[in-house]
Amino acid sequence: MQNRITAAALLAALVTLALPAWAAADAAADSVAPAAAPAFTLQSTNGQQVSLAQFKGDVVMINFWASWCGPCRQEMPLLDSIYRKYKDMGFELIGVNVEPDSKSANAWLKATPVTYPILYDPQSKVSQLYQVQAMPTTVIIDRTGTVRFLHRGYLPGDENAYLNSIRSLIVQ
Amino acid sequence: MRTAPLLLATALLALVTGCAPIEPWVKPYEREHLADAIMALDRNPVSSTYLNHVFESREGARGATGGVGGGCGCN
Amino acid sequence: MRLRTLAALCLAAAPAAAGVLPPDRADALYHRYQGGGITVQGPSILVQKKIGDHFSIGANYYQDMISSASIDVLLSASPYREKRTQKSVSAEYLHGKTTYSAGFIDSLEPDYKANTSYYSVSQDMFGDLTTVTLSYRRGWDQIYRDIKANGVIVNDPTFHQRADHRVYGLSLTQILTRNLIGTFDYELSTDQGYLASPYRQIRFADPNNPVGYSLANQIYPGTRTSDAFSAELKYYVPYRAALTAKYRFFTDSWGIVAHTLQLDYIQPIRGHWTLDGNVRYYRQGAASFYSDLFPYANYSNYMARDRELAAFHSITLGIEASYAFSIPRLTWIQKSTATLSFDRMMINYLDYRDALYSKFDPATFKGGEEPLYTLDASMFEAYVSLWF
Repeated sequence: MQNRITAAALLAALVTLALPAWAAADAAADSVAPAAAPAFTLQSTNGQQVSLAQFKGDVVMINFWASWCGPCRQEMPLLDSIYRKYKDMGFELIGVNVEPDSKSANAWLKATPVTYPILYDPQSKVSQLYQVQAMPTTVIIDRTGTVRFLHRGYLPGDENAYLNSIRSLIVQ
Repeated sequence: MRTAPLLLATALLALVTGCAPIEPWVKPYEREHLADAIMALDRNPVSSTYLNHVFESREGARGATGGVGGGCGCN
Repeated sequence: MRLRTLAALCLAAAPAAAGVLPPDRADALYHRYQGGGITVQGPSILVQKKIGDHFSIGANYYQDMISSASIDVLLSASPYREKRTQKSVSAEYLHGKTTYSAGFIDSLEPDYKANTSYYSVSQDMFGDLTTVTLSYRRGWDQIYRDIKANGVIVNDPTFHQRADHRVYGLSLTQILTRNLIGTFDYELSTDQGYLASPYRQIRFADPNNPVGYSLANQIYPGTRTSDAFSAELKYYVPYRAALTAKYRFFTDSWGIVAHTLQLDYIQPIRGHWTLDGNVRYYRQGAASFYSDLFPYANYSNYMARDRELAAFHSITLGIEASYAFSIPRLTWIQKSTATLSFDRMMINYLDYRDALYSKFDPATFKGGEEPLYTLDASMFEAYVSLWF
């Protein structure tokens, strides 16, 4: 009898836990309510100060990443090929590295270089501005400087979602 | 009564999953130390399984040997 | 041997991790235990592989090969056989922040067959700072007894018993700060059926016997329920090291109360090495029906002399060194390590005596006068791990 009550309690807990997960899991669309992209200036890997304002008029994709984040590392070569494909059509891709100490990031970039600019955000100022809630986080901003798409995390195949978003904004 | 703590835990969990979200105080971009391989809760399962087995064979106590979670929290 | 089997079943169940599937890896381990007159060695092969983005499967092959004779075997001169093989498979399914996992373990030795199935659900919440896991494990055992017939060891055809086990678990992992993670774990276990050993016996004081005692069969309760609570803190030391402290409290319906305290320190050395040092202190009070020497025959309804149920404390010291190496040709291997591990376990029994003294020297040692038993054992592990 004791065992049955315990089993029932656990089953109830199981269902309770699983329900919100099932409800929330499918709601991961990338579109967000349009909002002005917060301005920032960060130092890039070649020592220059780079501002978001420089890219007004282009479609800008900001990818928040860290060398300790597996999906981030997995995604970056794919982002690089997207960058090379669209950069002549008014598309800009910026990688924002969130690590307080850039040593590991630099070491990884040396081994796996990308052609798009990488900026350092060691004090997490820009991460806070953009309310980064997952690693990696990818934000896509249209030509008027408005945030239009937000993607949390990375699973193989997500680059197709990025391409769809970019294509819809490039033509504007 | 053994089931009372379990029922209480169930109720608490139900309440808490439905409640207004608490702001996480460690942001996803602040998890570099937690993502370090040395901070994994079970670094070498093949070895910890073996040692736990040795201890449980010689002792009267059993159970509550591990936990999961932590890490980079990516995706 | 029975308890060892039970233990292995409980522990090969790898818990589910929420939010992220386990990394792809393969480990090949050689283990060796030496102590108390016995040597147990064998392999353990573990493979974990993702299938697509949402599934991961795992498999483990483990063997124990036993040689020589323990104090129990020498005392009762019972026959024993050498090999236990355990195979297990598991699968995990990740959906959003929830991980569902299930597995099956099959353990086989000549006088003990055990099957276990386990299920768990793990949920990430509060911005991935909290992970809650619920688990359920069910075991079915079939127990036989080895006897010698015509010089060959076979199963006693008149002896066939069963035992059932159920374990309910609730675990909570909480990220406390950027450098600190805490875990709280609770497990409720219930067992039913034949829970004793077919080979061991109790002894009771018997003045008619030159050694001062006679042997008789153990009588165990047919059920056992236990609670285990553990708490763990793991801290990232700023110069890059990890410090772990863990405490477990155990109590059961057999009257056993046990405390376990573990401290662990991991230090990576610049370059390829990682060192790990750990200390484990364990203290247990005896089961209510345990006695090294009962005052007379049929003293109580339940009687046992299994040293696993005695009062004792133990200290285990361990050290481990791991070397990370690269295999230039095989680029699909992300990381590989070779590890050596030594542990020294020292058990001091407070109410279990070394009955071999009275068996082989009854003139000097009568039952109950033998020195308390101590067990020193060494565990050695050598393993290679590959991540891909």
